[in-house]
Amino acid sequence: MATAESTETAGPADTADTGSDQDYFEEFPVSARLVRLNFLVAFVALGIGGLFGMLQALHRTDTLRILSSPDYYTLLTGHGVLLALVFTTFFIAGLFTWGVSDSLGRELPGDWISWSWWTMMTVGTVMATVAILGGLIDQIPMQADVLFTFYVPLKAHPVFYVGVVLLLVGSWVAGFDWFRTFWAWRKDNRGERIPLRTFMVLITMLMWYLSTMGVAVEVLIFVLPWSLGIFEQIDPLLTRSLFWFFGHPVVYFWLMPAYLVWYTILPKLSGGRLFSDGLARIVFVLFLLLSTPVGFHHQYIDPGIAEGFKFVAMTNTMFLLLPSFLTAFTVVASMEHGARQRGGSGYLSWLRSLPWDRPAFTACALAGLLFAAGGFSGMVNAGMNLNYVVHNTLWVPGHFHLTVGTAAALTFMGISYWLLPQLTGKKLRGRALAIIQPYLWFLGMTVLSNAMHRGGLMGLPRRTAEPEWNLVEGDFASGVGALSEVQLQIAVGGVLLFTGVVLFLLVMLLTWTGRQAPSIGVDRTIPPALSGPENSPRILDNYRLWFGIAVVLVVIAYGIPLGDMVADGLLNPGSPPISP
Amino acid sequence: MEIHRFEKIWTVASILLLIGFIASIVYGAVGPGVAMVDEEGGTVDVETVRQGNYDQLSNFGEPTPVAQQVSGDEYRANIVAQRFAFNPGTSQPLQVPADSTVTLYLTSPDVLHGFELVGTNVNTMVIPGQVTKVTVEFEDPGTYNIVCAEYCGSAHHLMEGTVEVLPQSEFEEVSS
Repeated sequence: MATAESTETAGPADTADTGSDQDYFEEFPVSARLVRLNFLVAFVALGIGGLFGMLQALHRTDTLRILSSPDYYTLLTGHGVLLALVFTTFFIAGLFTWGVSDSLGRELPGDWISWSWWTMMTVGTVMATVAILGGLIDQIPMQADVLFTFYVPLKAHPVFYVGVVLLLVGSWVAGFDWFRTFWAWRKDNRGERIPLRTFMVLITMLMWYLSTMGVAVEVLIFVLPWSLGIFEQIDPLLTRSLFWFFGHPVVYFWLMPAYLVWYTILPKLSGGRLFSDGLARIVFVLFLLLSTPVGFHHQYIDPGIAEGFKFVAMTNTMFLLLPSFLTAFTVVASMEHGARQRGGSGYLSWLRSLPWDRPAFTACALAGLLFAAGGFSGMVNAGMNLNYVVHNTLWVPGHFHLTVGTAAALTFMGISYWLLPQLTGKKLRGRALAIIQPYLWFLGMTVLSNAMHRGGLMGLPRRTAEPEWNLVEGDFASGVGALSEVQLQIAVGGVLLFTGVVLFLLVMLLTWTGRQAPSIGVDRTIPPALSGPENSPRILDNYRLWFGIAVVLVVIAYGIPLGDMVADGLLNPGSPPISP
Repeated sequence: MEIHRFEKIWTVASILLLIGFIASIVYGAVGPGVAMVDEEGGTVDVETVRQGNYDQLSNFGEPTPVAQQVSGDEYRANIVAQRFAFNPGTSQPLQVPADSTVTLYLTSPDVLHGFELVGTNVNTMVIPGQVTKVTVEFEDPGTYNIVCAEYCGSAHHLMEGTVEVLPQSEFEEVSS
């Protein structure tokens, strides 16, 4: 296939050609309904979690206090669970349902299995949320002030753990739903390459199945029985290691869907198309291989783990940067291609030809830009002995507010401006707000995250309700560069970001409650890549092979150290439960 | 598969950068000698630590506010991190001499804690059932603040302490 540089017509589109001008929701009513229901839960979680985030920023900087400091940790747990676990998982479930059905040209089955996963995830979310809110509301006889990492032996109410399990198991069934839709397509399309979006969904889910084994074993075998009193004690290091077996790949579970958007939709929004389909596939395969055997980089300064295993995790982590570097190239090149299609020229002045007034484009582009900054602070975290300086300081949330909090969250919000009209048949309303919103998020996050990074270097710990001025002040007593200036920026950033959440939700609400329009003003076709799948080796699509290699790498990285931890007994050295 | 020339250059440069990062970390380990906390501290029975029966433990001892001399300028100190105080550290500062190498042994009888000396690279996790062993070089006299850097419960933000690095003569006074 020729890689036509100048036309937008050559080659097979990544969207199945149904020959109809139907909108997505008309062509796939069942899948569209599933996507909408997932987005609904995601957006509610975003609203509550975002509000908690702003209240925390104001509390810990001593700007405005409406709750006691012990209640801060209830908000912090809610913020982490509702945003990092609930908002992301539901949005991803919706996005993947859209991606699979749209790229295969097939409805999801929509039988009891399809509804069961959404129901399971939603019931789990409600259970976990109620348990968390019990920390604020006296009438609920529960608490889950254990933060979203729920390190034992701090113990939450068992309802919290059951809720987490349901969310997790629901996501597994969702993956099965996408796989069986793909298998049905495969029967009718033997020998064809897997459409790119479906390929990305399948690879992401294989990574997810592998990595969630850690947290599934942690909760189902150890934490839940222990919280119910079946076991009297639990091994804190073993369970913590199982958590991080899952806890780093979950980062890629957030990012890979954002990459799906950046690879398949962003180039089109820029006015062009993807640079290379094959490279996108390679990037996803690399993520599947390398995402899981890296968890010890969250435990660099833990006792009980030999230095050698930490070094192995570091090496894997560094090479895990490679797919993101490749993505940076492809995404920027695709955007440049789009800008030149729109008449852009020059070395950098093509940037002016990009559609900066289209919120979906702006959100994705700005998310990518901040992600580059987050990537560099991540390299510092990944440096084994540099980690001593930043571990558990405010630097770390500064880092991940750029990754999950922007690369994923801002991309998800931005692409909602493009997807919601297709899902509902309604025109985007509140467009002016939507245009401002990504810029507001960018500004708020730049302020917040930069201040958090700097605060961390000053020694401010993360996860604390008090500003801890007296402990950290030292060289940073006053003036520009002072602790007070950093704290002020955190408060301002928090307010700007919550305003961004409110604007986004307002646009969603206005659009969703609007009337169906004959024309929704969104073109859903996704043009083919400049270099299509026919130019890349077929072995890339052999997901069984890649999954097998990923398992082997995990066994190499984790076999011996986890074996050592259980050698003295599964529950030893053991701790009894302690209430936060 | 067709890969653009610029993309090849970019990929090679990226890989070189990653190798450079790893090399710089390796240099930090073998040059300045920044060792990672590892499994050398061994494990302890949580209940024994809670009851304070330190004499029953071979790899952890009675916490004392004054570091104990091992030999020459080498010292050791045992620290228990317990909700919401360091012992020593909170009610009494941990005292160590200047120009010394102090091996800290830390453990917890309840939940996870962090031990961060603000403004330094002394920063480690304290995990029930494990003994964290970390070696620190203290040069000039001064005071460092200890922050608990891992959430440990409702009063986590109050868990703090100090380490006093004393001039040799002053240290000899307190240790006698």
